[in-house]
Amino acid sequence: MRHVLSVLVENKSGVLSRVAGLISRRGFNIESLSVGPTEDPTMSRITITMEADDIAYEQITKQLHKLISVHKITDLTQTAAIERELVLFKVHVVPEKRNEVIEIANIFRGNVVDVGKTSLTIEITGSEDKLKGIEDLLRAYGIKEIIRTGLIAMSRGSKVS
Amino acid sequence: MIIDNEYEKANNLGPYTEKQGTTMTGAQAIIASLEAEGVDTVFGYPGGQAIKIYDALYDSKKIKHILSRHEQGSTHEADGYARATGKTGVVIVTSGPGATNTVTGIATAYMDSVPMVVITGQVPRSIIGTDAFQESDIVGITMPVVKHSYLLQDINELTNTFREAFYIANSGRPGPVLIDVPSDLCGMEMVFDYPADVQLPSYKPTVKGNARQIRQAVDMIKSAKRPVLYVGGGIIASHSEDELLAVAEALQIPVVTTLMAKGAFPASNPLNLGHVGMHGSYYANHAVTNADLLIAIGARFSDRVTGKLADFAPDAKVIHVDIDPAEIGKNRLPQIPVVGDAKVVLEGMKDLIEQDGDFQPITGEWLTQINEWRDDHPFYSPGVATENGTISPEGALDLLSEMLDPADSIVTTEVGQHQMWAAQHIDRDIPRTFLSSGGLGTMGFGFPAAIGAKVGCPGKEVVCVAGDGSFQMNIQEMTTASYYGINVKVLILNNSRLGMVHQWQNLFYDERYSETILPDLPDFVKVAQAYGWQAERVEKPEDLEGAFKRLLEADKPALLDMRIDPTENVFPMVPAGAPLSDMFGYIKVGPNGELIDERKEEK
Repeated sequence: MRHVLSVLVENKSGVLSRVAGLISRRGFNIESLSVGPTEDPTMSRITITMEADDIAYEQITKQLHKLISVHKITDLTQTAAIERELVLFKVHVVPEKRNEVIEIANIFRGNVVDVGKTSLTIEITGSEDKLKGIEDLLRAYGIKEIIRTGLIAMSRGSKVS
Repeated sequence: MIIDNEYEKANNLGPYTEKQGTTMTGAQAIIASLEAEGVDTVFGYPGGQAIKIYDALYDSKKIKHILSRHEQGSTHEADGYARATGKTGVVIVTSGPGATNTVTGIATAYMDSVPMVVITGQVPRSIIGTDAFQESDIVGITMPVVKHSYLLQDINELTNTFREAFYIANSGRPGPVLIDVPSDLCGMEMVFDYPADVQLPSYKPTVKGNARQIRQAVDMIKSAKRPVLYVGGGIIASHSEDELLAVAEALQIPVVTTLMAKGAFPASNPLNLGHVGMHGSYYANHAVTNADLLIAIGARFSDRVTGKLADFAPDAKVIHVDIDPAEIGKNRLPQIPVVGDAKVVLEGMKDLIEQDGDFQPITGEWLTQINEWRDDHPFYSPGVATENGTISPEGALDLLSEMLDPADSIVTTEVGQHQMWAAQHIDRDIPRTFLSSGGLGTMGFGFPAAIGAKVGCPGKEVVCVAGDGSFQMNIQEMTTASYYGINVKVLILNNSRLGMVHQWQNLFYDERYSETILPDLPDFVKVAQAYGWQAERVEKPEDLEGAFKRLLEADKPALLDMRIDPTENVFPMVPAGAPLSDMFGYIKVGPNGELIDERKEEK
């Protein structure tokens, strides 16, 4: 099962490596990871997406809790949450096809952020499903490069994680 | 361990030392921090980036330093000191190779949950990351094997860091903490201000078990017909041996111990079935296999205990008590999980049992069955001589066990066949008297650990039971023992083999003895004498008792090179990955009381 973990950690050097190292050492694979400071500059938030069954997931969160630098772990797959990821696509586009591709970007509420002689760069934010949808369409033209930020997620409503 | 300000005030510790508020260098503050934590002994080895710390140590009247001959020796010495005393072991080494030499010792302590603080010198902050001379990223290297670690970046964080490090190392589930100190910080001036407390919002070990779960556990235990207490090192770490004894006796529950828990329950108590697992007793393994309830306390269902996990205590419900929530459900899902300190939880159980009043234990039949197993399948011991006239390792260790006062002696082991024989044949009645590398299985641990144990408990007889392979891994520490007059005794079970691997090759690898037959080198007696030790060799069973006497009575470090038959194997045994019920090579008592040794046929 896919899990999105929101891990609140001390904003100190080496903490990311403790968290990532522990997960890989215990035999789990991180699908995506993003990290940045929070509203409190002494704390950072690491959002981790990973596949794990229930027993493995329980073990990995318990092990993460043991790290002194980890303050709080929230499983955002268990609660209503907004998930977002930003992706940049550099698409192979000859001038005759530009409008077609811009049309696709517009439908997905993407922005064209750069144009080259034979390329268009599209910036798009959204959930995994939406990003998968546009990626499939753009593949028909030829994708030169994809860069993703990794998923971030936040629980809905007034609750904080 | 909780920081006790009243105690610190009364003993001039913590923020109440005479150094509080004075101006000093970072290096002096490190020593002052150790003094504030009540440290009186440190183990270590100086070097370029640790010079300033050693310079400050030179002035300390409170701290005794034990200089090893290799940093690995220092870490095992600090570890042995910690295991024997319950206090936090402290190590100081330099950067680079000094630091990397501590890795095995740190990993050993981590696997066995031993409280330790390791201080490593580091190159100055300005050249960190430049591949400077004797630079190594020791925080990165040790990350998987420490409870926590620090790279000190700011002189203002020095005292907080030390306070936290000692608190973390010896609270909750104990473990090693590393502090990496760039040498430029050691030269900076600061006002020494040792904090009264720690601020660790993310670290709050659950000590008190959930009352409802403890109630349920007691009810489940009382209604079990075939319960077994399966106890681990957590009993020793939490000092809960008295509570364990009270609960086991009140409800008449047999006890099996892990290697780490040897001594947590008296060997002399009839409820003690000895240790469980790969080389455990027939009756301990059969009790667990046939149990209807397993009460695991401070134990972690390690593969050397369980054998094939799916067949471990297959019919038993499980109550699992541990201070580390990650251990609960890691290998075996319990019916009743209790997160808490073993002492507090066992006290809670004991109180409930007392409150409940009248209770007739219903384990009579079960204990009768277990005693039959015990009578029918004891550990093999032919006395000191084998039928071939060689010294029997089992019989020799039985004899050693008899000659040692269980209350006044500590036995350490290296790792291998001798370790398992020692676990089977040396009786221990109280905690902290059997020190062995259980989790990591570190050859080279036992001898320096004996030195550390003797430093911590100078009044106790300390004997290291070693193999000829293991002993050579830290043989250089013989200097440490001679120089400081640390009166340890080493008994080498010398079979000129890497015995345990040799045994596996004998049983499972068609007798293909790849790299396990050692030359009869060195001459351990001459080596020991060269280090200033008393030493002798014993080859005949009839000479053994006298040799043991001379070993134990020596008023300086002494070594006995005891020759045993290289074909001796440790039995009984459960093959790796097999269920405990697949145990083989055990002894049967025949109809006329004769011992039937099936060990050889069952190869």
